[in-house]
Amino acid sequence: MTNSDFYGVGFPYRDFGKLPGKLIVLEGTDGVGRSTQVNMLRHWLEEEGYAVADTGLTRSELTGPGLDAAKSGHTLGPITMSLFYASDFADRLENKIIPALQAGFIVLSDRYFYSMIARDSIRGIDKNWSRVLYGMALRPHLILYLQASVPSLVQRLIHGRGLNYWESGMDLHLADNFYDSFLTYQTAIIKELEQLAREYNFVTINADRTPPEIFEDLKLPIRLLLHNRLTKSERPF
Amino acid sequence: MLRPNDTKGKLIVVEGIDGSGKSTQIDLLYKWLLSKGYSVYFSEWNSSALVKSTTKVAKKSQSFTPATFSILHCTDFADRWENSIYPLLKAGVIVLADRYAFTAFARDVARGNDPKWVRDMYSFAFMPDAALYFRVPLDIAVGRITGSRAQLKYYEAGMDLGLSDSYEESFKLFQGKILNEYDKMVDEFGLTMIDGTLPVKEQQKKVRAYIRRVLEGFEGLPNPDKQPIVVENPQAQKKVNKGGK
Repeated sequence: MTNSDFYGVGFPYRDFGKLPGKLIVLEGTDGVGRSTQVNMLRHWLEEEGYAVADTGLTRSELTGPGLDAAKSGHTLGPITMSLFYASDFADRLENKIIPALQAGFIVLSDRYFYSMIARDSIRGIDKNWSRVLYGMALRPHLILYLQASVPSLVQRLIHGRGLNYWESGMDLHLADNFYDSFLTYQTAIIKELEQLAREYNFVTINADRTPPEIFEDLKLPIRLLLHNRLTKSERPF
Repeated sequence: MLRPNDTKGKLIVVEGIDGSGKSTQIDLLYKWLLSKGYSVYFSEWNSSALVKSTTKVAKKSQSFTPATFSILHCTDFADRWENSIYPLLKAGVIVLADRYAFTAFARDVARGNDPKWVRDMYSFAFMPDAALYFRVPLDIAVGRITGSRAQLKYYEAGMDLGLSDSYEESFKLFQGKILNEYDKMVDEFGLTMIDGTLPVKEQQKKVRAYIRRVLEGFEGLPNPDKQPIVVENPQAQKKVNKGGK
């Protein structure tokens, strides 16, 4: 493992050795169907004979409970929230993702730090600060971006789990109701993600379609990755 | 890097390795400033109620890595910064901090994190108006701690660095590394050095003389009744209490 495997400083106090596994990230905003796709991809890859590990945001044993408490208390400022997520991310990376990659697993990450930069940026966090902070992040082998329009998100969420406080960005006081706030907030998030997509070479998948259709589109670049046939524009580095 | 203070308030911090006597000095300074009629607020390292519930879990299970240790301590600091330190400075309060970003720059780097990465993480915070560094030789500081405390704790002793199997030996080696980082920061940040081996009273005399100069011409928020300032975060407190049961 070399320094170029990380976006910035990485973890300078540790040498992780070789990482024979592959890190595949699914990005996309709330309600775009990421977890459904992660499940389908895991089953598919396992059938193909690959060992798969999946991981998501705020699932770390270290900060998960603290983050849940913070979210339900609404007491944290934007910098504090951002750092809380970053410590969770670092914990997950060091203690889950990298060990799985060492063991040769395909790691499917439901979101990565790009989502966090997007949500922080809207809350006034300095973009350069976030980028340096996430310099400990490993570069994925493939970043799949589920691109959806706001109307299709609304339709999916209202018929699904409903609009919630955080996904509507209610903490930003953009509107007096979840619906209007959701529209403004998600439009801003998607705009940030589109910028990140160019900066970090995401492979964009049209997510305004049915789950099986999206699934087929996701399989193609993954197949190419596993056969070392991704083109330069599809690789994060 | 740290930003200049652009508020009406004053930020005064004390730094030094464990056993340097800085907490005694800042406590005396706090009482003195309060008696002078200033609005003063005291903030302590690693004391944010909400983050504490997380650091407690991690300390107990010894699951910190140098990176998570560093980011979580910055989270704690950010919580205090956003909820109390920064708004109070804006209001014209003198904020006293027992340990500040320099503690992170020393400890986290001693743990192997990248010096620039740690410094950049704290770049939302101000360069203090006064940064007092209480310097004591390693042997004296270590003697004060090991002589007075029943048992060193795992992270306090730097056991996570694997320097030694003995808590005392590890503590000494770890504090030595931290002392080294502090010494490097004297020039980098222009820390004001106070000889921590002097008698308490003499140190305080030097501290007050220096702070008097720092506060020359400073008005600040009036405090005619000489009341202390308490910042409460009832939501966070409630959550932590619940978590503890």
